[in-house]
Amino acid sequence: MEEYQGVWVFIEQSEGEIAGVSLELLGAGRQLADKLEVPLAGVLLGEKVRELSTQVIGHGADIVYLIDDPVLKYYRTESYMKCVNNLALKYRPEIFLYGATPNGKDLASAVATDLSTGLTADTTMLDVDVEKRLLEASRPAFGGNIMATILCKKNRPQMATVRPKVMKALPFDGVRIGEVVEEMIELSEEDMRTKVLEIVKNVTKAASLADAHVIVCGGKGMGDLEGFELIHELADTIGASVGGTRDVIEAGWLPHELQIGQTGETVTPKIYFAIGLSGAIQHVVGMKNSELIIAINKDPNAPIFEAATYGIVGDAFEVVPKLIEQFKQIRVKQGGEVSYV
Amino acid sequence: MHIVVCVKQVPDTKIIKINPKTNTLDRRSAPAILNPYDAHAVQEAVRLKSILGRGKISVLSMGPPQATEVIKKCIEIGADEGYLISDRAFAGADTLATSYALSKALEKIASVDPIDLVICGKHAIDGDTGQVGPGIARRLDIPPVTNVIEVSEVNSNDRTIVIKRKLSNGYELVQANMPCLLTVEKEINKIEYSPLSNMLKAARYKSHIWSVSDLGEVNITQLGLKGSPTVVGKMFTPPKLEGGKMLDGTSDEQVSQLMEVLLEQKELLNVK
Ligand SMILES: Cc1cc2nc3c(=O)[nH]c(=O)nc-3n(C[C@H](O)[C@H](O)[C@H](O)COP(=O)(O)OP(=O)(O)OC[C@H]3O[C@@H](n4cnc5c(N)ncnc54)[C@H](O)[C@@H]3O)c2cc1C
Ligand SMILES: Nc1ncnc2c1ncn2[C@@H]1O[C@H](COP(=O)(O)O)[C@@H](O)[C@H]1O
Repeated sequence: MEEYQGVWVFIEQSEGEIAGVSLELLGAGRQLADKLEVPLAGVLLGEKVRELSTQVIGHGADIVYLIDDPVLKYYRTESYMKCVNNLALKYRPEIFLYGATPNGKDLASAVATDLSTGLTADTTMLDVDVEKRLLEASRPAFGGNIMATILCKKNRPQMATVRPKVMKALPFDGVRIGEVVEEMIELSEEDMRTKVLEIVKNVTKAASLADAHVIVCGGKGMGDLEGFELIHELADTIGASVGGTRDVIEAGWLPHELQIGQTGETVTPKIYFAIGLSGAIQHVVGMKNSELIIAINKDPNAPIFEAATYGIVGDAFEVVPKLIEQFKQIRVKQGGEVSYV
Repeated sequence: MHIVVCVKQVPDTKIIKINPKTNTLDRRSAPAILNPYDAHAVQEAVRLKSILGRGKISVLSMGPPQATEVIKKCIEIGADEGYLISDRAFAGADTLATSYALSKALEKIASVDPIDLVICGKHAIDGDTGQVGPGIARRLDIPPVTNVIEVSEVNSNDRTIVIKRKLSNGYELVQANMPCLLTVEKEINKIEYSPLSNMLKAARYKSHIWSVSDLGEVNITQLGLKGSPTVVGKMFTPPKLEGGKMLDGTSDEQVSQLMEVLLEQKELLNVK
């Protein structure tokens, strides 16, 4: 196992743009690599993506493993997996991180199977036991307000997918120096069994939730579909996006692309209203990095108050209408519209 | 066309309750159900079969003997046959060992009736990994298409399928050769009411149950706990977030304090 060394990050890119989560993972990977005193590498695949190496190095990598090939123009499991497997078998990283995005998860699952190694899904905390050189990948565990640390003791590389927006990217450093190692792998379009016919961007509501500056998230405490209207009303009044907890989605009060949390979207708006939701760990991991968190819950012991910047213990049906009223009054006073952008 | 759907029995995490003192699950509170995503996977198989006007749908599950219950549920939705692999040797499997065991069972099913399409759920709600589907695809060496929100076309003649696949910021249209493996999102379809004839069939249905020895050549070191590279190191309550300021007083006072805070966010406020 000693021949496995170094920390790797899969750099996800689409049409020449690096995914935010990949830069975040370079930030997190940098810390792990420093602790282990090994280099940090980014794995960059695509067509005409050579120039992106500068960004990968500028955000913390020492090495970029690059494969540039027309067959890699779009992400496809078969071509990407072949490249990643080859690189991993040749250079043997001890830790290999991927963004927990549709493509990152798909790729990591395939690679883990071929390399016959362990893969931890949807990690939200990363650390390393330096002595044992063990990756400690933690994620909310089944059911409760509890985290589980998953280890992969005997197999290498130790792999994990990591949720977007929970790690911090390093600021770009234009003078950082790194090495670009370009590899060639035989790929032919004829061998491919899948073809990407078209990519359509930004059509799902989830994307707008991920970009929203202000989110009003309601929970099961709103009682029923009718009660949940109050969440929409507040959001409309202040120009915010609406989200819900899993219980809300399961109850059918909102479409499931508006679920926030471990199994939904991770969001980091400037203002997050958490109303009538308890603050289960699976929910909190998806919103705790919001800048200003306002919680309204009638139970003073609700865990959401631990995540909140400001908490109000009270009945949402009493507090929220008053809040809406206040905004409406300002609007009248100002003679125009008051809303968040 | 032979479609095999992989289905898992999971505790209903909606109903499950946690003991706040011990941080453990109160399992008594959790009835076992068919993983909701897998129900949509079966429904999609039923939809495809009815569009094509012919075909066969098998479902496969790995789990304890009670998991035959979810197989019955699948028969109700419209599956034709159900297989359960159940053995102590499978216990404690992580996703790597699970995909190995399931792929062995799929090979056995395919040896009698070749498989054109495997469908899995996007993930199982008890662990939320979504790793088993792509793992199976690798082991069978067929292409995976994950996060499917629509099967747009099935061309039986040239054996291709066109699929809408959800991405982080949109979707893509992918064409794949069959056989291939899909993992489906919930929005792919709506679960239909089952006809009475399905209900009757389900009530009487006896699943095929296989143990390890029924699976032919299997490397038992790759099964169950032994075949699982990942282990749970420790469980812990996450570092307590600090929590912030509680706004006290009557609801009017609370709201006016909150307004002060909100109006401070000037760069966000758009007063026209
Ligand atoms: C594997 C797994 C993954 C999960 N993923 C997610 C996920 O991605 N996102 C997610 O959100 N959850 C997820 N969950 C579920 C999570 O554990 C919780 O069950 C869920 O978040 C609870 O939703 P809730 O807060 O709306 O409901 P509850 O926990 O029922 O909370 C309702 C709250 O409303 C308060 N309340 C009631 N009435 C009022 C009122 N009139 N005014 C003010 N407050 C009121 C109550 O005091 C209570 O605190 C997951 C669970 C599992 C097992
Ligand atoms: N024990 C199992 N038996 C049958 N299918 C399973 C099993 N575990 C996982 N699957 C399939 O793999 C999908 C993803 O599961 P997971 O990777 O555990 O989130 C599920 O939706 C099922 O289709």
